[in-house]
Amino acid sequence: MTEQPENTRAEGSTADSRPSTEGTVLSVDGLTVIGRPSDVEIISDVSVSVNRGEILGLVGESGSGKTTLGLTLLRHLKRATEIVGGRVWVGRQDLASLSERQVRELRGRAVAYIPQSPASALNPALRLGDQLSEALHDPTLTRSEIADRVREVLREVALPDDHAFLRRYPHQLSGGQQQRVAIAMAFVGRPDLIVLDEPTTGLDVTTQAHVLETIRSMTREYGTAGVYISHDMAVVADLADDIAVMYRGELVEHGRADAVLSDPQHEYTRRLLMAVPLLRTSGHEEPPARDGEPLLRISGLSAGYGRTQVLEGIDLSVSPGECVALLGESGSGKTTLSRSVAGLHHQFAGGLVFDGQALATSSYRRTAEQRRRIQYVFQNPYEALNPRKRVRDQILGPYRHLVGRPDHPDLVVAQALERATLPASYGERFPEQLSGGERQRVCIARAVATRPDLLVCDEITSALDVSVQAEIVKLLRSLQDDGMALLFVTHNIALVSNIADRVAILNQGEIVEYGTVGQVMSAPEHEYTRALIADTPDFELSFPGAPERLGLGLEQEGRGVDSGA
Amino acid sequence: MTRLIAVRLFFGALTLWAVSLVVFAATQALPGDAAQLILGRDATPERLEALRDQLNLHEPVAVQYMQWLQGVVQGDLGTSFSNRRPVAEFLASPVQSSLTLMGLSALVATPIALFVGAFSALRRDRGFDHSASMGTLVVASIPEFVVGILLILLLGPGGLDLFPSVYAREGGPEQWVLPVLTLALAVAPPIVRMMRATMIEVLESEFVQQARLKGLAERRVLWRHAAPNAIGPVAQVVALQLAWLAGGVVAIEFLFNFPGVGKVLMDAIENRDVPLVQAVVLLIAGIYILVNLVADVIGLAANPKVRVANR
Repeated sequence: MTEQPENTRAEGSTADSRPSTEGTVLSVDGLTVIGRPSDVEIISDVSVSVNRGEILGLVGESGSGKTTLGLTLLRHLKRATEIVGGRVWVGRQDLASLSERQVRELRGRAVAYIPQSPASALNPALRLGDQLSEALHDPTLTRSEIADRVREVLREVALPDDHAFLRRYPHQLSGGQQQRVAIAMAFVGRPDLIVLDEPTTGLDVTTQAHVLETIRSMTREYGTAGVYISHDMAVVADLADDIAVMYRGELVEHGRADAVLSDPQHEYTRRLLMAVPLLRTSGHEEPPARDGEPLLRISGLSAGYGRTQVLEGIDLSVSPGECVALLGESGSGKTTLSRSVAGLHHQFAGGLVFDGQALATSSYRRTAEQRRRIQYVFQNPYEALNPRKRVRDQILGPYRHLVGRPDHPDLVVAQALERATLPASYGERFPEQLSGGERQRVCIARAVATRPDLLVCDEITSALDVSVQAEIVKLLRSLQDDGMALLFVTHNIALVSNIADRVAILNQGEIVEYGTVGQVMSAPEHEYTRALIADTPDFELSFPGAPERLGLGLEQEGRGVDSGA
Repeated sequence: MTRLIAVRLFFGALTLWAVSLVVFAATQALPGDAAQLILGRDATPERLEALRDQLNLHEPVAVQYMQWLQGVVQGDLGTSFSNRRPVAEFLASPVQSSLTLMGLSALVATPIALFVGAFSALRRDRGFDHSASMGTLVVASIPEFVVGILLILLLGPGGLDLFPSVYAREGGPEQWVLPVLTLALAVAPPIVRMMRATMIEVLESEFVQQARLKGLAERRVLWRHAAPNAIGPVAQVVALQLAWLAGGVVAIEFLFNFPGVGKVLMDAIENRDVPLVQAVVLLIAGIYILVNLVADVIGLAANPKVRVANR
């Protein structure tokens, strides 16, 4: 910290007593955290260390304890959790043994935190300038020194530093700008260690690439050690010097990034690596030529909200048994399009023909048969299931409504669950008894129970862990093999390259590129597509026994040209 | 935001007008004849007839309403039947007393309730929180005049004899204590509970966690980061409670023999003094609407999305 020549902090303040020559900034030693009152170990005996200027990638699924570990690095413990053993050395100080007040002194100055979702981590009622300057809580600084430092750090993260910007509120910024503010807030106090909790999860790939680049250059420039928490191996492989893999509260693997990636020791690490959908830019099979009338034909569709036009001149068709991906970043209008198809969004004009019949704009004015044949799976399985109803009733609800009273309800439920690869006994469960992946399977079971011809999937994997995501994609693939057509909406181009037959790339309400996946991935014509492909973090699976460039195990299943037939 | 306030103001005026309609209709439906009441049982038919003419009681109801409304808008609330003085003049002193009583109660109750609520949220599931929650539940479940009687028994001449239990014209400021305390106790519990619930929600939010992770002192986290985000919803409840005061004051004034609008209203109803009843009810409704309007404006002003949008 003291080696920063332009350091605006007064020399000799309490936190500066650490040695700056020593390489190790963070050293966690046998840390154990338990939850009360059950005494379950959330983190068991974890030891890691990070050097100055380096980034440790902390990887694991939700529930693996990685966020708890990240927060413990700031000695922040959630309700009813407790450190029962181990030490957290940041520089020369053991956070686990300090008083509340001493820890508070160190936060923001020795160790800072960048949250997962800046939209909810920035206070909506406070101006950016206030939130940035209070992060620099150092009583020795004058008002103008604080203001100078805030402006300096804003420039470093490529945000405007004028007065008007400082007076803005968080809601007046875009998602990427909000994350930059959060990064600036963490770096403003020149910390030695920075904890990043999935800071790019909610961002588009282009924005993500910019944010990652900012993080990388800031840690180098400041000599800050970073702990990057993520479930996304591709991002971590791109960014981290070291990788630590957590599984059920334990550290199962820890080493240099290239070593872990090329020679994973633990079975779980292999599984994580294999689950990452890798961007396939070649080797796609041509989808079979589809003759005859497509199942769904969209022509010249435009849609909007009130006076704001979101979609313009959309032409798209989906043939029976085909998977068409709709790829675009947030705000591109992809969800509006899928909602229009399902009859959930009414303000649209243009042709929408399903199996030779024009569809009404509102689902209320469509026939039951039309609604039965088009089903929709929502993005967030945590919100899409009624928490007070059993799985069985959730599946039977739409069935009764659209098909009629079943003679053998148990059979309907069992078959639907089976198609979603869940055991029939899950029918008796409530949503809260299910994991995220299982919930999404129930949503899919509910949709396929009525035996639809077209399944609209709106970002259905984005709320799920990568390994669960791979399983869901596999499930969709098998549904498609049974003859169901899919309209797969996503922002994940790597996923598209693995699942879709054809892809439409949506940018600011218009389709900028439309073709077979092989065509678009290997020879993208539009500049936007090329940027998307370039910004997607990617790595090669090089360890022995890894399937070649494919995380989803699809090739082994011998998915042939005639799969749609 | 100015536009939003203007819209709220318009709807406030509309509500007030609707209330005036209801009040007028209700007083028309009251049994008895005003002229008969004023002059008593021994009045001659001629005098009754003359008075009815004077009071426009022969006109159609719609015309009477329009005349009354016209007067109200101009600040003329009519003449009291029972004491023959202009209502506005007659009401001036009791209104002032009542408003002072309500204002004092609000000033005592609101900050304490907000503080207790916020502190309960901070000390969630600990001793303070449990006793505050228990206490508010008990107080809220007892009618306010019973609370008043209990306070009189405890602190009044029968008990510790700290404060007088009946208001007297020549009494000192200590005679305000018991009425104010009673009203404050009646108003506070819902505010405490709402503040606690809202603050718990806000304290669990990610931006509060982030503020703590920035190393801010707990006091700053609570008042700078959490409280501004709790104001909106809590202001609504505070407003509802303070508005309730306008009506709730009636029973308490009666209990303490306090010379305010409550007592005037009771007497006026007993005497079938129609203009007086109309004026007092309209006044209470007006306070109700005004307080809620203020709460709406505070709620809007506390939300930067609204505050900044229309600039």
